[in-house]
Amino acid sequence: MAVMMYWEAIRRAHDEEMARDPLVICMGEDIGVVGGTYKATQGLYDKYGPERVIDTPISENSYTGLGIGASFLGIRPIIEIMSVNFAWLATDQIFNSAAKVRYMSGGQLTAPVVIRSPGGTAHQLGAQHSARMEKVFMGIAGLRVVTPSSPRQAYGLLKSAVRCNDPVFINEHELMYNMKGEVPDAEYFHPLEGSEVTRAGKDVTLFGYNISVHWCVQAAEQLAKDGIDCEVIDLYSLSPLNRAGIKKSVSKTHRAIVVEEAEAPVGVGSEVMAIINEECFFELDVAPVRVSAVNVPIPYNHHLEKAAIPNAKKVVEAVRKMLGK
Amino acid sequence: MNAADKKRLLREMLFARRFEERCYEAYVERKIGGFLHLYPGEEACAFGVLDAARPGHDYVITGYRDHVHALKCGADPKKVMAELFGKETGSSKGRGGSMHIFDAEHRFMGGYALVGGPFPLAVGMAKGIKMKGGDEISICFLGDAANNQGTFHESLNMAALWELPVLFVCENNLYGIGTRIDRSTAVIEQHKRVQAYNIPSNQVDGQDIEQVYAAAKIAVDHVRSGKGPYFLELMTYRYRGHSMSDSNAYRAKEEERMWGKRDPIIILRDRLIEAGELGMDDYKRMDDEVLEFIEKEVIKFAEESPEPKLEELEKYVLAENDPYVRGGVH
Repeated sequence: MAVMMYWEAIRRAHDEEMARDPLVICMGEDIGVVGGTYKATQGLYDKYGPERVIDTPISENSYTGLGIGASFLGIRPIIEIMSVNFAWLATDQIFNSAAKVRYMSGGQLTAPVVIRSPGGTAHQLGAQHSARMEKVFMGIAGLRVVTPSSPRQAYGLLKSAVRCNDPVFINEHELMYNMKGEVPDAEYFHPLEGSEVTRAGKDVTLFGYNISVHWCVQAAEQLAKDGIDCEVIDLYSLSPLNRAGIKKSVSKTHRAIVVEEAEAPVGVGSEVMAIINEECFFELDVAPVRVSAVNVPIPYNHHLEKAAIPNAKKVVEAVRKMLGK
Repeated sequence: MNAADKKRLLREMLFARRFEERCYEAYVERKIGGFLHLYPGEEACAFGVLDAARPGHDYVITGYRDHVHALKCGADPKKVMAELFGKETGSSKGRGGSMHIFDAEHRFMGGYALVGGPFPLAVGMAKGIKMKGGDEISICFLGDAANNQGTFHESLNMAALWELPVLFVCENNLYGIGTRIDRSTAVIEQHKRVQAYNIPSNQVDGQDIEQVYAAAKIAVDHVRSGKGPYFLELMTYRYRGHSMSDSNAYRAKEEERMWGKRDPIIILRDRLIEAGELGMDDYKRMDDEVLEFIEKEVIKFAEESPEPKLEELEKYVLAENDPYVRGGVH
């Protein structure tokens, strides 16, 4: 098993799928000649040419729509949107065209596109470059939403997303592209639905996704020194959420904390807590809580920015408070 | 265009007119719900352009005023009417409705209800055609008001930049919902706006199907020969309001009368009569046959078809049993 960086894993998935199928293309701003802001398509322009590795104008909604229209004819576009903040502009085509065309055509047309975009708060990028919007995407029927927490998932989820006949939104994170991890040497398809037990434990379940899985793991390791045994569940599929996986873990630990980088209102946390209520309310020993961002546009100032979003320390505090330790 | 073609097109346009008028009645009878955008007055646009193209072979996409484009592409009128009635036998199995007629088999790629939404989809279909190396073209029908959306400019830019085989047909009916074009648009002549993108364009009378056909022939040949996109502006008028919820009070009666005299069906009919190719009794017979078919076949089918099953409410949201969803693929 090779150790590679998150961006290398994404690049490998692109390369393998493009080598296999001439109808797989990738498109986005600066992805060709430049190789991608986060290097996810590095070298592919030279290898596959400008017809299949397309540098687009800065027209997010229309180049996304172009990919969707091409997908009606069997093309398999991997669309990179440089930042999730810019993906707001493309939501018309993603929500109104890609997510709904199968249903409103009675199953005649499908839009098998992949849309990759990094969200999250990086380093002092300010309010319009730091948003997390997975909460918006996961509420749209007809659209799959996955969010890889590791290079292995980044590789395997992209591979599956390209092959799947549904539109898939892949929520990445600007701070994670250089993260290292093991990726199988053999071709690997990560299931698009489900969740993973990142760390088994018995005292409390920490639900995380994408970068917050790492905060949960760091918190769990620290708490383990004090004899607190946390289970960490990686909700890499945000739409649909894995109800069975959530129920199974809460039924085991009887305590739940959801850790999300986004603000609390109408988010992953509220959705997971609703599922817990619906699936296993009587398994709970204590009311579940959320560790979320403060509900502000992300500030520029470094100290304010840090204070706005969660981290491992805030997770540790939430666990201690819940357990009274 | 020979006399036989003209007579065929007259009948097709008349069928579309009667179909739409019957939709109006069915809407009043509450057999059709939702929004209903009708096409009377604009028939020469869809029939003139598509007769010059290859309906069923070329990929066609449009907005919400979509029934007639679907019919000309080859959609079964019974299925289109059943869709409007919300039936399982409808072209979109009752899930789409008036604004979302689809017939993938005949490459009618749908009606879409966001103004300007189909522009990038049409350019994307052209990209797909080019990649697969076929001789089809992508044809996008939209109204003049769609040209004030960002997607118009973004899509025309990409279509021109990458020389994609797409024909944009602007059905300029002078109104965006209830706002007249000169009150919403700085440059009134739509065909001039595309010059900014070096896209060749033309403007013709959209009420005269022979003019539409001749201009469309040039446009289609241009696109099919690999020379890139083309923009055709057709000056037309809708005889009804924007949709059924429209009081239509914003248009001057004199303007409506003037355009009423320029009815595309009457223009073609009278031309055929003048040339001695058609008698008024022939036309009457044609009309009677059309009306009878719509009533006895089309409406009957829609009326008698079953509703979708409630237990299939969630069907068609996502692909069924996709192997990449649950894992186990190696």
